[in-house]
Amino acid sequence: MLRRFRLEEPESVKEVSELLGRFGEAARVYAGGTELLLAMKEGLVQYERLINVKNIKGLNEVTLDKDTIRIGALCTHHQLENAPLLHQNLAALVKLEQNVANVRVRQVGTFGGNICFAEPHADPGTLLMALGAQMIAERSTSKREIPAVDFFVDAYETCLEADEVLTEIRVPVPADKSGVAYLKFGYLERPSVGVAVALRVDAGGKSIQDATIAVGCAGPAPKRVPEAEALLKGGSVDEAKANLSKAGEIAGGASQAISDLHGSQEYKEHIVGVLLKRAFGSALSQC
Amino acid sequence: MSKAMLRRADAQTIPISFTLNGRLQEIAVEPHELLLDVVRERLGMTGAKRSCDVQVCGACTLLVDGRPVSACTTLAFEVRDRSVMTIEGLADDNGKLHPLQEAFIAHGGFQCGFCTPGMILAAKALLDENPSPTEDELKHFMHGNICRCTGYKKIIESIMAAAKLMRESRA
Repeated sequence: MLRRFRLEEPESVKEVSELLGRFGEAARVYAGGTELLLAMKEGLVQYERLINVKNIKGLNEVTLDKDTIRIGALCTHHQLENAPLLHQNLAALVKLEQNVANVRVRQVGTFGGNICFAEPHADPGTLLMALGAQMIAERSTSKREIPAVDFFVDAYETCLEADEVLTEIRVPVPADKSGVAYLKFGYLERPSVGVAVALRVDAGGKSIQDATIAVGCAGPAPKRVPEAEALLKGGSVDEAKANLSKAGEIAGGASQAISDLHGSQEYKEHIVGVLLKRAFGSALSQC
Repeated sequence: MSKAMLRRADAQTIPISFTLNGRLQEIAVEPHELLLDVVRERLGMTGAKRSCDVQVCGACTLLVDGRPVSACTTLAFEVRDRSVMTIEGLADDNGKLHPLQEAFIAHGGFQCGFCTPGMILAAKALLDENPSPTEDELKHFMHGNICRCTGYKKIIESIMAAAKLMRESRA
């Protein structure tokens, strides 16, 4: 059962920001509702007002702007798994989207909503970190870019200010000779470990110029793992392969894995290492 | 006493119109009312079932503009100006069953039947978008519809058989 709440239906980001400013913690942005309504039905959170943002125009498109893919925060998972621009440029994100929850959740759940709810077991944050994405946050009077790596603060907590609205996610088009993979492991629809690896190699494909690694789902929030990245980049492909186990151990530790019904901390840390090796292989094969 | 009469005097109501199984409905809903409750309790279509209540099981699946949604977690006002189909609207006006319904009967695609309305509607959405799914595509699309009786083999057979019937009737 849902408790009564009032519904606001603004038509601009400015109005949303003003409503958030006016009602503070008594109000919450509502888009697809796939996570928020569940938490409200369970009585875990309560709001006097929901602010339906779906009447705002222009926030549900995927566009290419020079070397940047711009994803409107209101795009549904279903839209993203079918977006031709993503199929051409970001196959890893398409694959991630095709495997979010189930067909009904993908139909109404939004990309921006998923990111802002910051549920620890959500997939997108981890991949967005590895891709070097930027989040666009707007309020009545200002607009700023937040690197994905700084966006997720803790479980269910982002760095958005109380009256800020996530409007867009910007992802650089992957460079030539690069590859990216996101792999997850979990029970049914709930991922308990997610690992993303992005690689760029030199023209001859012999050395690794750049490597980014992010881990998620195992702990409270997705994390980039620079110490593990350092073991994979700057040297030859063979050196990186020899360092994969060590990188996996470091990434496992960095994941802040939590023991729960779906596995112990040690088990999840081990899985991080396994997925890291596989994601490395997959990313390398695309370079 | 109807639910509408129990409303608080100051409650916010939203007038909406939508089609339910092809018939225009004009009602007022409160923001927190769930589509599943409105369809079952106020409009009498009890085919959609409340089961897990958290969008995992698919027993409450309805089609909104032809796409599957979980009615248990959809706010009723969201269907304004849209078309909603429940299992009651799937047979044609003369009562002739849809090929999916025929195939579920012919192939024994259900036992207790509780998940069946959701299964059939999800399968309809799949076949409308992809008339010739592979078994893997079918399993991927349908994995969010859970059956606790059958072990799925008969359900998959039913949907594949219906897909064939539908392709043949189009040809």
